[in-house]
Order: sequence, then structure tokens, then C-alpha cells
Amino acid sequence: MSDSKHESTSLPQVGGSGDGGSPCAGCGGGRREFMFKVGVGLMGAGGVAAAAPVVSAMLGPGMRTYREQWVDLGPVASYPPGETRFATFTNPWTSPTDGLTDQTGCWVRHIPEGGEGARGETQSLDTSIGGPPPSNAFNPKAPNFQVFAVNCAHLGCPVRWFPQSRLFMCPCHGGVYYEDGSRASGPPPRSLFPYPAKIENDHLWIDAGRLPGLQEAP
Amino acid sequence: MAGSDPQTPPSRGPLARAVLAPVLWLEDRTGIGAFLKPIMTHRVPPSARWFYVFGSATLMFFSLQIATGVCLGTLYAPSASNAYENLVYIDTVVPFGWMLRAIHGWSSNAMVAMMILHMVQVFLHATYKFPRELTWIVGVFLCLLTLALAFTGQVLRWDQDAYWGIGIGAAIADRIPIAGNWVRDLLLGGPIISGETLNRFFALHVFVLPGITMALVGLHLVLVLRHGISEMPKVGEPVDPATYRESYEARVHKEGVPFWPDAAKRDLVFCGSMLLLLVAVAMWLGPIGPNGLPDPTDIDTNPRPDLPFLWIFGLVSLIPPASETVVMLVAPGVLILGLVLLPILSNGGERAPSRRPFMVLGVVLAATSVGILTWEGRESPWSPVMDAWSSLPTPVDYVKDRGPLQLQGAVIIQNAQCRNCHELGGQGGKRGPALDDVATRLSYDQLVRQIQQGGGNMPAFGKSLTSAETEALAQFLLTMHPANEQPSNPPGALLPIPPQAAESGG
Repeated sequence: MSDSKHESTSLPQVGGSGDGGSPCAGCGGGRREFMFKVGVGLMGAGGVAAAAPVVSAMLGPGMRTYREQWVDLGPVASYPPGETRFATFTNPWTSPTDGLTDQTGCWVRHIPEGGEGARGETQSLDTSIGGPPPSNAFNPKAPNFQVFAVNCAHLGCPVRWFPQSRLFMCPCHGGVYYEDGSRASGPPPRSLFPYPAKIENDHLWIDAGRLPGLQEAP
Repeated sequence: MAGSDPQTPPSRGPLARAVLAPVLWLEDRTGIGAFLKPIMTHRVPPSARWFYVFGSATLMFFSLQIATGVCLGTLYAPSASNAYENLVYIDTVVPFGWMLRAIHGWSSNAMVAMMILHMVQVFLHATYKFPRELTWIVGVFLCLLTLALAFTGQVLRWDQDAYWGIGIGAAIADRIPIAGNWVRDLLLGGPIISGETLNRFFALHVFVLPGITMALVGLHLVLVLRHGISEMPKVGEPVDPATYRESYEARVHKEGVPFWPDAAKRDLVFCGSMLLLLVAVAMWLGPIGPNGLPDPTDIDTNPRPDLPFLWIFGLVSLIPPASETVVMLVAPGVLILGLVLLPILSNGGERAPSRRPFMVLGVVLAATSVGILTWEGRESPWSPVMDAWSSLPTPVDYVKDRGPLQLQGAVIIQNAQCRNCHELGGQGGKRGPALDDVATRLSYDQLVRQIQQGGGNMPAFGKSLTSAETEALAQFLLTMHPANEQPSNPPGALLPIPPQAAESGG
């Protein structure tokens, strides 16, 4: 400031010229204005260049597509007919620090030959609640299997299977589902989320990889 | 206020001068004292009494959170693979580590509590009116930030409650139309709850949210200083934006007292007491969690959110399912918008609570609702008691003098998990009605129909019970009536139950 009296006296003019109209369109300070524009341009270019990793870190997870992958749930023989068993698998999408959380659970139901309701003879279910049960046609390559996510369709808490009453119950808000996954009572808006399943080389496979949610589950 | 008197008095001993010299040097070079003095001694209305301590207490607990949080940052490892073990290590091995975690955890609850008291006081006294509209609006955002800090902090505990708590957050995000999946992936940092989820919440809890909060706290304080601390509301003295500033400044100039020490002494007494109380509570109750390894395959869990969010947990189980998406997504937005617009829509007029009965009613309603919902969330009577069927005894009176068919029914009521949702002798789930006197309400036919077809929020058991089991169960339930009261047998019943079957056991 002190080295040039000319500079210090003329500085207010640069700022003041903006009062009358557009900030720098009319200010005729040739070189100074050019420098200012170069500075703004350099900052902008540098910012854009640095923005790529920043935007990617912040918004990347929402931009990527996570396709489901076929996951092996083990030999078909480990799921006896007429039973619903808990199975676990490692999620196909993992990172080095996942720890226990890359593990996922699911419920595997092996429908006995001869159809449902092998135990009780009464079939008078009240289908007015929760709509019709999911169709077996969902798994053409494993027609006798249904595989459900542990996550309740209400708010994602883990449902538990009770073989005696043939019900799935949720510990959070009291959602209850029948053995075929259809909603029995409580707040869930739909049936349990099914995984697509197939049988290959006597192994049961499911198409998994995303936390199931209301928007894309079948 | 080290440099409050920069002019050296002539008569001071050499020792005093030696001590004072560096202080005066510092004040001369920085000007901190000259900067702070008018702030500390600005005049406040003499009526600013005990009602006004809650804001200071919120700020004190926030400072305590920063101090203890930085210390926890030196001990905590934000890695999903060993965060849990790391917390156990802090609790059990690190000297005073348990106390650090206890204070940080309970101080978070205390900060939320003080913030709510502060907000209610400001709301009841209508301090948000002209010219303090923006102070209130900034405060609304500080309220949201405090709640966000509490939620993200709960996630860093990385236990079962944290894991399934984020699951609930993700499920709510997933209900957003169109963008739901995108928001959920952003929240989780990937397709599942995993290591990157914890990293994201760590960055939010430790860098992003505290940074924004500190900036807004600064703005909040600048606005408080700019407009002055409000007076206690007086009936018949409405706020008139045209004349308020002049009259306020005249009154404060005439009757006002310096903030330091006249008003600050109450803040000090209250904050000091609260700080002591908090440390005592933290030492008494110990650190919060961690509750169970965050193992997604361990489904034998009963996840519950922390205290500030229990009412939301209760709300989403008690509202009709059809209204859920609207209540979860639209209601918070409407509520926040309402709070932000409040001072814009009502910036003048009476401030006294006695002249604003509907506002008082609103506070009473909100407090009652949140209180009841918190209690319900804590008790969660809608949740099945998962182990009731296998762990609870059958009351002796209910099996005394019963026939074999009825006794078989008493076994089925356990085995079919009926008691997970129904109480017997005061023990069991509360989802459905207690069965102790069910026979006075339902006849044999109605019992069979209810068991087989369900309805009224009860699953149908027609597929899981054979007709023989259903009959035994219904016969047992038919004995459930007070000794001096006959079982229900409405005139419309098609098959009246033979009296000997009900009384002596078939």
C-alpha cells in the first residue's frame, strides 16, 4: 500500500465503479481488470479440477450402480423340504474395513412336494390383509424354494422365523408374516422381500448384493 | 477479563508490575480485551432472570461435547471391523476411558434436553418476534443439527442398535419417491450397511456437523448481541416493529444491567450445577452401550434407538400403516417449515403467554405427545415378546382341574407362540388382548374362527394348527373366565357348547 500513492488513491474507484451499474463491465482499468479476470478464471479452473475427487467422494455412492450378483447358499440338501432355515452369505460388495457387516442373513424356505399346507387341512386364510401371497413363478429355476431377506418390509429390522406357528415375527414394530412371506399383521406395507433363486449343480443360488428396500424389490 | 484495564495505575509494586507487564503487552498487541469488554458488559434488561439460563447451558454442553469428543477422537478407530472392540477397550482398559464415554453420551442427551427447554422458553415468551426473527430461524437449524449430531453419534457406537438404526434410516430414505434409492446409497455409502457407512457417519459426526454447528452458534450469538437480550413479556405491551427498537434501547439504557456479572452469575450457577449433575449421572449410569456386536446374521436382537428418537420409533408403530410414508416424509418438512416461518408470519403483537393461549396449548400438546410416544417407544407394547412362548410359566390356576383336551390346549397356547402377543396372568406380549377372560368375550365358534382365520391384526393359524389342535386350544380358552362368570354364548352362535365340555373338561 505504502509504495505507491497512485495505487492507494485509485483503489476505491475500482470498487466504487460498481455502484453505478455492473461491477466491472464499465471500469476501464485495463491491466488491473484483466488481472482480476485472470485470477477469477484461474480459481475457477483450479476449483473445477480439484472438484472431481471431492464430488466423487461425496456423491459417488449414489452415482454408481450396484448390480446384484449370484451368491452360493450351499448344497440344496442342507435345506430339507418343509423347513425354513436361516442361511448366511458374504455380500458380493465388500470393502476392507467391513468387519462383520459384510455378512448377510436370509431365510430359505423349501416348499415340500405336494404343495403348501401339508400340516393343517384348513386353507381359509384371510387374504384381505396384505393381498395374495407371492407366486412361486418368481423362481422358475428353483420352483420349490423361496428365499426372503431378513429385513422387515416396514423399516428393515430382522424378522425371526417361528416354525411352530409358521410365522415370521419382527422385534421392532410387530410386523408378522406367514411362511410364504405374505403379510399377516402389523405395519408392513407388503410381503417379505424375496431374493431371486436358482438351483445349479445341486447348489442353491440367490441374486443378492443390495440392502432390500421398497423401491426396487420384486 | 485480563486486559480490562489497559492503563497502568502509577502506584503498583514491582511484583504486580512484573505480572501485569506481559498481560498488558498481549492486550496492546491483540486488543482482545478491548474487543471483548463491550460484549461482556453490554446492557441487558434487569428482568432477564432464571428463564434465560437454558441457552447458556446448551452452549456449555456443546462445548463439553467438543472437548470430550476431541479426546474420544484420540482413542476411537472409525473402522467397522474393529470399532466395537475399540469401544470395549476404551471402556475397560483406557484410564478414565469409561468416564469419557459416559460424559460424552449423557451430555449429548443433556444438550438435547437443554436445547428443547431453551426453545420452549423462547416459544412461550414469543422472543422470536421482531427484530429477533433470524435468531429463532438460526436456532431451528441448530436444533436440527443437534438432533443430527445425536443420531450420527449413536451410529458411531457401531453396535446392534446402531446397525439396525441405520437400517431404519435407510428404509425411511427408501420411501422418498424417485430419489429414494439414490438418497439411501448416499447415506450408506454403498449398497449395504458396511464399513463405508461408518466412515460416512464418522465424517458427518466429527467434521461436517460440528463445523456447521459452530458457525451457526457464532451467528446465533452475534444476532443475540445485535438485537439485545429480550425482556420478560408483559401483558398489554405488544411488539410494534415500527417503535420496538427505539423503546427497547431506551429502556435498556435506563434500567439495564451489565451482562457480566449481573446476568451471567445466574448462567454460571445454573451451568455449574448442571455440569456437576451431569458428571454425577454419567459416573452413576456409566457409558451408553455398546450393545451387542454389529453382526447382521445375529438376528436375535431387539434394536431400539437412543432416548431422543424413541418417540419417532413409537410414532411409526402406532400410526395407521397407510399414513406412514406421508408422516415420515412430509410431516417433518411441514413441521420444520412451520418453525422457520413462524417469526415471519407473526413478528408483532402480544408476547405474554396468557394472551397467546393457542401457542401455550400447542406446547402442551407437543410435550404430551412426545412424552407419551417416548414412553410407548420405551415399552413398545406392539412388539411380540420373542421368547415368551418358551420361557413364561402357565399360571397354576389356569391348569388346575382341567381335562386332558384343555390341558393339551394349554400346551398349544405355548407352542403356537400365542403368548408372544397375548398375556396370560400378566405375563407375555401386549400386542393382542390378554387372554385371562377371553371366554367372556368370545364363544367357542368365535374362538375357532379367530384362531383359524385371524383378523383384527392377528395372523391366521389355519395352516399351522390342525383342526384337532385348534379344538383343544379353543376348549382351553373357553375355560378362561372368572369363576363366577359364565363363558360367552351369544344367541347367534350356531353350535352352543355342551355345558359339560366347558365346565368339567371333555
